[in-house]
Amino acid sequence: MTRPTLALALGTTSLAALASGAASAQELNALVWCDHTDDALIQPFEDAHGVTVNLREYEGTGAALAVLEQSRPGDWDVLVIDGIDVFRAVESGLLAPLPADELPTGDFFPEIVMAENNTLDGVTYAVTEKFGYNTISYNSEAVDPADMQDLATVWSEKYAGRISIYDYYLPVMGLAAIAEGVATADIDGAALKTITPVLSQMRASAASVAGVVAAQTALATGEVDIVVGGGEWLTAVLAEEQPELTWTIPDQGAVRWTQSIGVLADSAQPDLALEFVKYIVSPEGQARLATSACFWGMPANAAAGEILTDEQKAVLRWNEQEEYLARTQLYPAPDTDLDIEMQDLWLDTLSQ
Amino acid sequence: MSAVTRDWRAWAFVAPALLWTLAFFVVPFLVMGAMSFATLDGRSLVWGVHFENYIELATRAYLWRAVLVSLEITLTVTVVSVVLAYPLAAIIAFRVPPRWQRLVLLLAILPFWTSYVVRSYAWLLVLAREGLVNQTLLQIGLIAEPITLANTRFATVTGFVHFFVMLLTLTIYANLVQLSPNYRRAAMDLGASGWQTFRFVTLPLTLPGIATGAFLTFVLCIGDYITPQILGGNTELTMPQVIMVQLGRRADFPLASAIAIVMMGIVTLVYLASARWLRLDRV
Repeated sequence: MTRPTLALALGTTSLAALASGAASAQELNALVWCDHTDDALIQPFEDAHGVTVNLREYEGTGAALAVLEQSRPGDWDVLVIDGIDVFRAVESGLLAPLPADELPTGDFFPEIVMAENNTLDGVTYAVTEKFGYNTISYNSEAVDPADMQDLATVWSEKYAGRISIYDYYLPVMGLAAIAEGVATADIDGAALKTITPVLSQMRASAASVAGVVAAQTALATGEVDIVVGGGEWLTAVLAEEQPELTWTIPDQGAVRWTQSIGVLADSAQPDLALEFVKYIVSPEGQARLATSACFWGMPANAAAGEILTDEQKAVLRWNEQEEYLARTQLYPAPDTDLDIEMQDLWLDTLSQ
Repeated sequence: MSAVTRDWRAWAFVAPALLWTLAFFVVPFLVMGAMSFATLDGRSLVWGVHFENYIELATRAYLWRAVLVSLEITLTVTVVSVVLAYPLAAIIAFRVPPRWQRLVLLLAILPFWTSYVVRSYAWLLVLAREGLVNQTLLQIGLIAEPITLANTRFATVTGFVHFFVMLLTLTIYANLVQLSPNYRRAAMDLGASGWQTFRFVTLPLTLPGIATGAFLTFVLCIGDYITPQILGGNTELTMPQVIMVQLGRRADFPLASAIAIVMMGIVTLVYLASARWLRLDRV
């Protein structure tokens, strides 16, 4: 055999070996929020099914939809998405129907099942997996906890320069609306005029407008004492080292966030993708997701309470959930036109 | 070798660079230009020649404020970086023995080796209320209580300057070492003072290096998203941040493209204004 022929033969054999290896090691591709990238969450599923789960993190539904539109059909199997945006993915034909009877929604906190968000024309396309609150996080040693019960006081002159605003307009505008007695579901063009001065006041008192990491850093380093729009997802991971960093739901109420999970319509492995969804909403998956290294949040499935430790449940404030769920509202889910108006108002506020 | 063969070889030689530029600059730029004239109908992209995005931009006060803020920050960073980088480059070129110059340049660019994001967060910790600067000022009694340095324009400019001084030092140094010492000797022989030699001989001859570095600083600074976000605390809206807001939730690529085209227009104007002195081969 000549040298080129030998090289060709070796190359072909290697490629064949690689191809067969790739075929035998099944892979699942999921487009997720950062809390799913915790090995403690993913490893048990990989071990149980002998597969590799490839995770890609994203921020913002727009970014996720752009990734999906630029991908080839079959590139992605699972999507984690903001609960209020499930309908956008369904309208775009991105999500596949889920077998509702195989999902343990009967064990869920009833307010979190959210069939109106996850179901269209009687067909279930996604299932809620986690929830929490966009409310007020603060340093209990630096501010008067009683002040944190009134939203107007939080962003008043008293705390000017000591607050950071979470950099996402929907929950922050939701909080501003709640402060003015407007239900988040009732936000419209007229309501935006009502909350404009509130946002201006908030902005004038803010030292920064920060994303998750920056807000956590600002609170942990003492750069600010309050994060408007914060919650358990911001301070729970710091609870052990800095127990003085805490959160509350003010008397007027607060905003509730949820995230859902679904299988993509173009998934090349819908059965495996469904198994992944089932694992995530199982008590074990839920307990691991709730205490993920990236951020903590309440599991949608109440049965996870049997697996979480007492300490973990204390940090998550498990026993207060009934009251919190009653006092909070889902954050605004605007249609396209209102969304543009809200975004313009947000940019106007930021540029002040 | 025939002229035809020479031509083919020449084209083969430059073809990779041409293809690269075509694939990763010309085509994306054309797509972005076309996208800026498209619109969104719900989630669907509608291609065509629509001027809605540009009209919308012209009527949005926050965008003009963002343009102004971006220009103010960028010009401040460029001027401060040039002022700091020139003496540093001159010291390295004229005062440091040639055998040490490489090592000194290496030390000057050492911060380039760390991640840009990590470096920005490091600055945030340095400038925080409990950070190194405030603690030092408190200990030496210059201030009675911590002052706000992080999440300000000062922090944004500091983070940028730290990065761009290194870049400008390299471009100006490259210019200075190419300068024959005979020019300065001749000026001195003719009775010029040290300042006059610098003002009328060295500085004019190094303008291309300054202009090139300053232009690169301008281009990189005006398009940067990370530093104003992390160090500025998003307290002032810059153009890249406006673009990101368009993409984050609504994925409004047409409007984001229109803003990007406006930004490229500003960069083009700056290029035209400084083209006379620009010598990109000095980089």
